[in-house]
Amino acid sequence: MTPGNGDGRPHVPGDPGFPGDPGDPGFPGDPASSGASPIGPGPVQPAVGGPEDAGPGRAGGAGRPDGGRGNRRIVLLAFGASMVASLALTVVYAMGGQPQAEGALLGVTLGGIAVGLVAFARATLPGGYFVEPRAIVPHGVAQRPGVAAAFEAGAEPIERRRTLVGAFVGALVLLGVAAVFPVRSLGMRPGRTLLHTQWRAGRRAVGEAGHPIRLDELDVNSVVTVFPEGHVDAADSQTLLIRLPDEIVPPGPAAWTVGGVVAFSKICTHAGCPVGLYQAETFELFCPCHQSTFAVVDGARPTFGPATRPLPQLPINVDEDGFVIAVSDYTEPVGPGFWSRPR
Amino acid sequence: MIVRRLARWIDDRVGGSQFAESALAKVFPDHWSFMVGEIALYSFVVLVVTGIFLSFFFDPSVAETTYQGDYEPLRGTEMSEAYRSVVELSFDVRAGLVMRQAHHWAAIVFIAAVVVHLLRVFFTGAFRRPREINWIIGVTLLVLALFNGFTGYSLPDDLLSGTGLRIAYSIALSIPLVGSWVAFLIFGGEFPAHEIIPRLFVTHILLVPAALAALLGVHLALIWRQKHTDFRAGGRRESNVVGAKLWPSYASYSIGLFFAVAAVTVAMGGLVQINPVWLYGPFRPAQVPSPAQPDWWLGWVEGALRIFPPWETRAFGYELPNPFYPGVLAPGVIFALLYLWPFLEARATGDRAPHHILDRPRDHPARTGFGVAGLSFVVLLQLAASNDILANWFYASVATITWTFRIVVLVVPPILGYFAYRLMTALQATGAERLLDLPWRDVTHPPAPPVERPEEAPVPAGVAEEEVAAAEEEGAVAVAVVEEEVVPAAELRVYEQPDGRWRWCYVDPVEGVELHSNKSFPTEGEAEEAARDAYPDVPVVPGPSPSVAGT
Repeated sequence: MTPGNGDGRPHVPGDPGFPGDPGDPGFPGDPASSGASPIGPGPVQPAVGGPEDAGPGRAGGAGRPDGGRGNRRIVLLAFGASMVASLALTVVYAMGGQPQAEGALLGVTLGGIAVGLVAFARATLPGGYFVEPRAIVPHGVAQRPGVAAAFEAGAEPIERRRTLVGAFVGALVLLGVAAVFPVRSLGMRPGRTLLHTQWRAGRRAVGEAGHPIRLDELDVNSVVTVFPEGHVDAADSQTLLIRLPDEIVPPGPAAWTVGGVVAFSKICTHAGCPVGLYQAETFELFCPCHQSTFAVVDGARPTFGPATRPLPQLPINVDEDGFVIAVSDYTEPVGPGFWSRPR
Repeated sequence: MIVRRLARWIDDRVGGSQFAESALAKVFPDHWSFMVGEIALYSFVVLVVTGIFLSFFFDPSVAETTYQGDYEPLRGTEMSEAYRSVVELSFDVRAGLVMRQAHHWAAIVFIAAVVVHLLRVFFTGAFRRPREINWIIGVTLLVLALFNGFTGYSLPDDLLSGTGLRIAYSIALSIPLVGSWVAFLIFGGEFPAHEIIPRLFVTHILLVPAALAALLGVHLALIWRQKHTDFRAGGRRESNVVGAKLWPSYASYSIGLFFAVAAVTVAMGGLVQINPVWLYGPFRPAQVPSPAQPDWWLGWVEGALRIFPPWETRAFGYELPNPFYPGVLAPGVIFALLYLWPFLEARATGDRAPHHILDRPRDHPARTGFGVAGLSFVVLLQLAASNDILANWFYASVATITWTFRIVVLVVPPILGYFAYRLMTALQATGAERLLDLPWRDVTHPPAPPVERPEEAPVPAGVAEEEVAAAEEEGAVAVAVVEEEVVPAAELRVYEQPDGRWRWCYVDPVEGVELHSNKSFPTEGEAEEAARDAYPDVPVVPGPSPSVAGT
């Protein structure tokens, strides 16, 4: 019953039988059955190019003259390599693991199976191409009127009861509305959150570690990231203190700067990244995300990149102990734009 | 024996022998480019397996903690539990790093394979009727894959991914009218809200994978039902399928491909570093890495954000912020075009007939031109996402590079698209087999008016005619169904096997093609009917199969 295609026997091209196909014990190509008498005139030359030649691809390797003996060796080697790698993997794992070795060995374990399977298929499995009709969709053209009629017959009594159907639809619509409320729980109402930060009049500027910043510790051209005291986790309040050289006139109202120090929001007005880079020679702030560039001496006006608005300026002063404080919150929303952002 | 008993056990209870019989013999067309979709499928399997492992170790919490693990440079650093669990998974869990990196590499392979598969389907016209539904599902799979790629690399809560989340938040904020609500509902409040990491986690490991798996199932079921397309070659018709049988040849090669994909992704996971989050450091709202690039599959959005000019619209007291255009509008338009392409093309060409034989790119120069233009547009945006790095390489200012991209992105795609169009028409006119065989002169001076595009094989009798009629009813311009040139020598044979069952075969001695039916039939009549269904244009000649005759 099993034609035994893997035993190195040369195949007739086009042998579509496969091992163990019980339905086709004597398929053409099986030597046992190919004695079938050549019936008919058959002007066709025998087997001009088998299915292997029917097109490009990976199927069909069993007809090669060596019957796949070379492949047999590859199959054994590949599966063997996979087994060895698996065993080696356990050793590596037991010894504490090593990522590179684990990856390489796992690769060999899986890759060995891959190579082995494909070589196995090439060596032993009947290849070749077959053909079947493409039963083209749609199948049921003839049934369509019946389906439509059956549906409409069922729908007819429903359609007549408009009020009831209307009530059903209304209930569904309101269910949809009711379903919005759980969604509402996902987040707080934006409200005025986007309009203000944690800066308040008199609040000290502190570094990321929470230490207050003295005005006199800011050297010329130095830049410090500060937060309002007690709110170092307030991401929207991050602010840059920049000490400009004495010969530069600080931008903004005179009451907003102190001792040549200006304060600008660190949040880019484009897409909200921290404006992390400062070039002291040109007094330019640079956002590494999308390369928006801001001219500090010109009120942090954007000079290049996609940002359209200046970085908002924080009015600052110094308290009696010499620490930098805010005079008020920002006078405009910080960060990226949004639909209802006031000018 | 065991298989038989199991099969009988199942068939006694749920039936299915008939399906199994035809399934085992099902024919799958064979071309290297059809493997790309399989690679996508198998890398998804690798993603699920490695992802399950990772989910046992990842802690989706932004609670602050202090790292005390094996990685010296971070010891004593304040970080979120999420970031700590990823660093510990990488250094303290045996095989953890391999699994994590294999997961990341598999994601890269997955998305790349989906993209290449989409390009294959596009340029060969495989999306045409009746496969529009599968095209839509496929584009949706791409959207979900991109989205889950983003949620995945945002989970570790490192400095780079936190920056990406912040940009995503700003893009959400830029949506007209509802932007602030959308951003607050997704993130749970103003950035960086604490809810986002656990939400991303549920989305990444449950919601999107479940949707991906379901849609993949439908995608494959539709391929099974509609049968795969094939290129024009010997014996292939609109009315038949030629290829390897599912069992055992297609199955063994495909399973082999699965192991190959798994082998490559896992080996890369061990040998090639990817996303070393411990080098980026934990997320701090006031810090930013430089240079900062997202994973490549979102590079085109990042590039658009970088080179879009500083425009922002304000009217009646309301604002359309700058990121809306490159971050919402541009991707929306690109994906809308992708979704609608089968319908736009059908409308433009008037070709609403079903197609199962694929186009070569030259068969439809306009489609190829549009495809090349669109693809080059996205690729250029992708490059623009590295404008800071390119500026370093070329010793140019970022401004120069950015301005170059602003111009190039608009100018080059139409030129490339038109050039592709010309190449394709020249290929069509000269009949050169490959692009490299095409003399340059034929591109600049096409030799003759383009030969008429080879028409599809006649649509088989019966239902298909009604299909065309239906298409015409829908207002399509009548599709000329040109008679296939009947190769005189091609013929169909129906023959009896020694076991008394019948098969048929198609023989074309001129092209040297001999194709046997994938199944046998109980009667001669059924075999002949199947043969005629597969080749309505080829005569049935009495006689044995040539193989039989020859041996």
